[in-house]
Amino acid sequence: MKLDRRGFIGAGVATAATLSAPMVMGASHGKPKVVVIGGGAGGATAARYIAKDSAGAIDVTLIEPTRTYYTCFFSNLYIGGFRDFASIGHSYGTLAAQYGINVVHDWAINVDRDAKTVTLAGGSKVPYDSLVISPGIDFIDGSVPGWDLSSQNAMPHAYKAGSQTQLLKAQVESMGAGGTFAMVAPPNPYRCPPGPYERVSMVAHLMKEINPTGKILILDPKPKFSKQGLFEEGWDKHYGGMIERIGPDFGGANVSVDPGAMTVNIDGEVEKVDVCNVIPAQKAGRIAEIAGVTEGNWAPVHAADMRSKLDDNIYVLGDSSSQGDMPKSGFSANSQAKVCAMAIRGKLTGSSVFPAKFSNTCWSLIETNDGIKVGASYEATDAKIAKTSGFVSQTGEDAALRQQTYEESVGWYAGITADIFG
Amino acid sequence: MVGPNAFNRTGPHLNDLFGRAAGSVEGFKYSDDMARAASGGLVWDVEHLDEFIENPKELISRTKMRFNGIKDPEDRANLMAYLRQFSDDPANIPEAEPTLQARDPDVDPAILAIKGDPEYGAYLSGECATCHQVDGGDDGIPSIVGWLQEDFVIALQAYKSEHRSHPVMQLMAKRLSNEEIAALAAYFEAVE
Repeated sequence: MKLDRRGFIGAGVATAATLSAPMVMGASHGKPKVVVIGGGAGGATAARYIAKDSAGAIDVTLIEPTRTYYTCFFSNLYIGGFRDFASIGHSYGTLAAQYGINVVHDWAINVDRDAKTVTLAGGSKVPYDSLVISPGIDFIDGSVPGWDLSSQNAMPHAYKAGSQTQLLKAQVESMGAGGTFAMVAPPNPYRCPPGPYERVSMVAHLMKEINPTGKILILDPKPKFSKQGLFEEGWDKHYGGMIERIGPDFGGANVSVDPGAMTVNIDGEVEKVDVCNVIPAQKAGRIAEIAGVTEGNWAPVHAADMRSKLDDNIYVLGDSSSQGDMPKSGFSANSQAKVCAMAIRGKLTGSSVFPAKFSNTCWSLIETNDGIKVGASYEATDAKIAKTSGFVSQTGEDAALRQQTYEESVGWYAGITADIFG
Repeated sequence: MVGPNAFNRTGPHLNDLFGRAAGSVEGFKYSDDMARAASGGLVWDVEHLDEFIENPKELISRTKMRFNGIKDPEDRANLMAYLRQFSDDPANIPEAEPTLQARDPDVDPAILAIKGDPEYGAYLSGECATCHQVDGGDDGIPSIVGWLQEDFVIALQAYKSEHRSHPVMQLMAKRLSNEEIAALAAYFEAVE
């Protein structure tokens, strides 16, 4: 591993003799301490791998406000009726009981980078030697004029899974006959590039069953989107005529909403809608900004180990990080977490550090047994995490292959959630 | 069985085998791995048959057939020459020595002999565990724990050389060195 000047000074008691096998002892007495903020695909994976692979040599604290974590991935399948809500919820009991992780259900509200402590909403301070920040996304105020968090009941974002997801589904179910479901799609970059379009597919599936004369309107600021050809082929095939997308050429980038009146204003044209799913523009989870490790909307990191470019003792994972070519996805966060866990163990206990390998695959469901996927592998370069090669499902694939792809995604969900939560 | 009165027994009947889609004989319950290969579009043309007969598990890890393969190309050619008599439309089979077609070689014994480092394999396995369940669950995605090292290496080398068609696995295998594949094989063999 490489120590730059700042990292070396940060090591405190370390002397020249430790350069060959760096070993940083805990800030106070005893074992080195790792604190992880955020118990999702990035944070929980990092906590689990550090605890598992250090076998008790590192104290791991995981700070996550919710007791049951609902995954954003597969939450669209709940909306479509392919999963029940409980099946996308996960608790932290195994991480605490089997891996000895100190799971704290509280909000992290501040980070003191000089004292190396995290302040909790409850008032206590938690010391760290290495800090992992993996808080997912927050929304950019004012990105959809007329919408703010106080209107999320009238116009749900459902882009952090949980009660919002249930609310959105309930609103679709109570539309009555006909009417319009509108989605205000987000600008790049955002969490889960195919997510909004898989969601449209799942809403269409639900409406086909209970409200076949209803319409879906996508208001999109982007000229194109992830797996576009595949989604559009599927929409034609399964939901012919139900889905309309208005891109930036026709005003999709100039949209405001009125949650009280339940209207959307598309480049001056006001339209009444029955359900409105507003997915605002996104930025790193607020705690990353509070910790001072963001530049612009995201937190820049070194590609080799996910270490913050602004603080050598802090690592930023998943959606919040700005790392290069990887999409913001649960798969990416999980992949980055394992590289980061290895790097932190190497730094704190001198264990072996191997070259970083990153990968991602995103599966999406268009209709029953019609699954598609896109994926790539990545390597760490000096400048960024760089894509090396990739693949994507093809249009016109036969039904057996699409079914296999869907079944594979179900297997992947079981695999990755076991990898994250134990 | 093969011939006019053939029916499915432990394996499916072999009439009209040439050009048949894998896993397509009605009434025969194929293994999960064969069914996956079938969904991936495997067709029993002469090239794939030759490869399968030479070493079945290089093409498909687990089938219902207990058979280690025939190494001698001439023996395989004779077997296929016999089987093709029971195919209606063997027109797509080249008349000249079918088994002399160029194809990728077997896994080099030197590669099979590499001794993997299980500690490195443990780190690398993190990538596998994103999809493959380490407790051996196999709904939708096959289990990879407890395999013999050689089977594991053969399978991954087959993805690396695109003998096997799954795009995610090709992507994963192509970026793994032979040493890394050996390390993974050593690690996963020991996982219970």
